[in-house]
Amino acid sequence: MSAPPSTPVHTSSQTDAAASHAEGQQHPVRLYLLVWFWLFVLSACSYLVDYAGFEGYLRWSLILVFMMLKAGLIVAVFMHMVWERLALVYAILLPPIAVLVFVTIMAIESDYTALTRMTLFSGGG
Amino acid sequence: MAETSLNGFGAQPTRPNGMRGVVADWASDQRAFKSASWGKSMMWIFLLSDTFIFGCFLLAYMTARMSTTVPWPDASSVFALHIGGADMPLILIAIMTFVLISSSGTMAMAVNFAYRRNRRMTVILLLLTALMGATFVGMQAFEWTKLITEGVRPWGNPWGAPQFGATFFMITGFHGTHVTFGVIFLLIVARKVWRGDYDRGTRGFFTSRPGDYEHVETMGLYWHFVDLVWVFIFAFFYLW
Repeated sequence: MSAPPSTPVHTSSQTDAAASHAEGQQHPVRLYLLVWFWLFVLSACSYLVDYAGFEGYLRWSLILVFMMLKAGLIVAVFMHMVWERLALVYAILLPPIAVLVFVTIMAIESDYTALTRMTLFSGGG
Repeated sequence: MAETSLNGFGAQPTRPNGMRGVVADWASDQRAFKSASWGKSMMWIFLLSDTFIFGCFLLAYMTARMSTTVPWPDASSVFALHIGGADMPLILIAIMTFVLISSSGTMAMAVNFAYRRNRRMTVILLLLTALMGATFVGMQAFEWTKLITEGVRPWGNPWGAPQFGATFFMITGFHGTHVTFGVIFLLIVARKVWRGDYDRGTRGFFTSRPGDYEHVETMGLYWHFVDLVWVFIFAFFYLW
């Protein structure tokens, strides 16, 4: 009974949303400039990691942190991933996990290869 | 009706969000990607396949580097340049990184202006992006020349593990090829925007489908991906 009066309201909000989307991905220029600025800062930071000569776990973790922040900013804002529907986001961002699994397998395998080389070819191989 | 439209934007507002939305979008008998046109979806899927290619390259590099008993050449000094009487570590690579990031910024602005139908600014920014891409490839050619004259080969080098040359030429070569093709496509898209092809919906020479300004965004996806790959190469190959 109450359905007919609410229907026109629903359709009008629907067309409004559709119209705003029909123009594609439009976002404030300020946001792009901000991301651009942070990409510069993060790149400078990762270069400074090498320039300052950090070693060991500090170096590796800093490299990874700056790398992931830069990658995240590019994918999220420049490639508009935050404004896409989750169906697309998951379809694109989840499969690369398979690469990480492969990395783990090959890291274990490389350790084993290095060990056999050190024990069997004492001069290196 | 909305299901058959090219970009499917009309179908969007009534759909649920969150995990329920994922399930609803992927349910049978409909298109899964409601917010993206077929062109944009296919570019994303292509980029995913490219992710696997570059992922496997970097993975092979990791395997070679972890399993060799010979010391790996020190990238910091290998890629140093002698400027003003002092060795600047990785300086050329740092400049290349900044050039590529700047080009990503101009590309993002080009997409923005394209959706505002500002053809003049879009063309200028696209050409600027292409110019910086070409600069990047030029600097990469310089770097390759420098290393080759110093004796780096895919099968050996003067400083350590012989796999260094093979992984270097393979990874940076494949990335440079991507940048080169990106520059070519940027020029094609810039020409189309200039001529107003996307205003008139002129049919493309390859797909013979009417084009629209979303092509600029799809082009942008590819270009940002090239920048994205460089972020990983910079971290793993040059800095690690």
